[in-house]
Amino acid sequence: MEQVNQGVRENVYPQAAQALYRTLSQVAISAVTPLAAVIVALACGAALLWLNGFNGSDVVTVMIFGSFQDMRSVGEILLKATPLILIGAGLCVAFRCKIWNIGAEGQLYVGAIAATFVGTSIDGLSVWVHAPLVMLAGAIAGAAWAGIAGYLKVRFQASEIVTTIMLNYIAIILTSYLVTGPMKDASAAYPQSARLVREAWTPRIVSDMRLHVGILVAVVLAVALYIFLQRSSRGFALRVVGQNPHAARYAGMNVGRNIMIAICISGAMAGLAGAFEVAGVTHRLYQNISPGYGFEGIAVALLAGNNPLAAILSGGLFATLRSGSEVLQITSQVPQVLVLVIQGIVILSVVAFAKLRDIIRIVA
Amino acid sequence: MDDMMFLTFLATLVGAAWRLATPLIFASIGEVFSERAGVLNIGLEGTMLVGAFCGFATAFATDSVLLGLLTGVLGGMLFGLVFAFFTITIKADQIVVGAALNLLGMGLTAFLFRTYYVSTGKGIEIAQPVHIPWLSDLPFLGEAFFQQNLIVYSTILVAILATLVLYRTSFGLTLRAVGEHPKAVDVAGRNVAAYRYGAVLVGTGLAGLGGAFLTLGHSNQFVEGITSGRGFIVLAVVVFARWSPIGAFFVSLLFGLFYALQLMLQAQASIVVPYQVLQALPYIMTIITLVVVRGKGAAPGKLGQPYEMR
Repeated sequence: MEQVNQGVRENVYPQAAQALYRTLSQVAISAVTPLAAVIVALACGAALLWLNGFNGSDVVTVMIFGSFQDMRSVGEILLKATPLILIGAGLCVAFRCKIWNIGAEGQLYVGAIAATFVGTSIDGLSVWVHAPLVMLAGAIAGAAWAGIAGYLKVRFQASEIVTTIMLNYIAIILTSYLVTGPMKDASAAYPQSARLVREAWTPRIVSDMRLHVGILVAVVLAVALYIFLQRSSRGFALRVVGQNPHAARYAGMNVGRNIMIAICISGAMAGLAGAFEVAGVTHRLYQNISPGYGFEGIAVALLAGNNPLAAILSGGLFATLRSGSEVLQITSQVPQVLVLVIQGIVILSVVAFAKLRDIIRIVA
Repeated sequence: MDDMMFLTFLATLVGAAWRLATPLIFASIGEVFSERAGVLNIGLEGTMLVGAFCGFATAFATDSVLLGLLTGVLGGMLFGLVFAFFTITIKADQIVVGAALNLLGMGLTAFLFRTYYVSTGKGIEIAQPVHIPWLSDLPFLGEAFFQQNLIVYSTILVAILATLVLYRTSFGLTLRAVGEHPKAVDVAGRNVAAYRYGAVLVGTGLAGLGGAFLTLGHSNQFVEGITSGRGFIVLAVVVFARWSPIGAFFVSLLFGLFYALQLMLQAQASIVVPYQVLQALPYIMTIITLVVVRGKGAAPGKLGQPYEMR
């Protein structure tokens, strides 16, 4: 008996150690590719700057470290990370289901419109009711807007790539119509909506910084989506539909319903991001409320390997690059659109390194 | 509006529609080639931007529209080479790579434009309308069809040429087979990857040409995001056209009509509709198109799938 126990114990510990080692090495391997991709993209960015007569090393010194001046600038990075994490984590769900929702930008805009409507037309609620109501309105509007594309795909096999992109343009034009027409603040010369009532504002974390609780909501939701995808049966169904719709149908899963759920979740996250932009940052609706967060979210999700948990990190990274590119424009007159180039190369490098890893695995 | 005024309006409308359809015609015929070979390139928006920028920059330096068009095509093909390398050689997901190229095209052209050209504020000399003798003097028809620039006329040539190549040459036959049944082509000893490279290069070259038309034959300036979604609308045009070059020509004309209608109605003071409704028209029509022309019956069998050679 004693010996048996001994034997078991001897076996258990190496097994646990092996499992730990395996997990750690998996984490390390899955972290290597995105890191390498980011380094390649920054190197390309530096080369582009150098070729055009700018200082190439600015990419590292200014874009990465330049925006970490003080607590306030860190707060500004987190402020930018909020929509990126929300949208990126939401798109992870859609992309896992192989639904190519390119329409997060439009879903963000309709979320912002709905939030503005709820935040300006209702008055007299407590902040505990009104602020969450605004967020909810944004999320529902975003989900509905994405749901149009989902429905057209399920019912008419209309490519969601094309419909979501067209819905982007329509949402942006709709916003432009609203802030110059029905929702325009009559007293302002510039096209903008009325100011949201104070109770509708997303509460700030520290009173003298613009950073609001949206960042916490974003992180919590990203973790929740990770658990949903990995641990719930619905999440499992979404992934099966993404990997093999025929197998899913054969197993009795409703492919259409899963597609709708996936695209609506991603739309709700983008709509919520739009609500935070209005209720947490600008407090009014403007024509160009988003500097392209919806498109950047695609890069966030892909860099995260469609894992919502990793989207927290990649969202933070892209927010840092975006802040840094603003600093770079001010200090060295480098056009801020450099950040788009870096995003594009990040995606291409992620793809290339993933393939490289497969090849190495096959050879080894 | 009396009858004469209406006819004049119609003639101007049709003329503008053809002009505005021109970038769509080039790019959609190109995408027909690409998709017929099984490659779905959603990076056309970025590719067209590169074409537009290369064309503008070349004409800016050389004052030559022809050289501008040429570099527009080459710029598009260079972008296409990147797309082909990632999707065909290393078999990456076509949609992911396309999305990356859109970001890259948008970012690179805007970066270079802001660095070198934005402060100059200068435009370029663009292709001038060529009046076809006698025909251009016809009432109404003359203005609609025979007072365009040479790039616009060339769309007819491209559509006919593309049809001949696709349906009457052995290259075209093999190319279509590559999209339907790549294994058969492989077994027959032809190189699937080479045909797909060829198709992508034709597609992106034509997309580059379409982009270059925007700066060299339409507006005389480069503007960031000048394509404003045309690269995506093209994808819907190809579906509506059932993957045929002639179809792509006429469906593009239809979309050109939406663009023209939007511009001309905006100029009409008597129209009470907000101008944003008209602005949204091409985008709304694209969605309706996809819904009306439903099903994937005519789509190439292996569209979007990398080919694994064994």
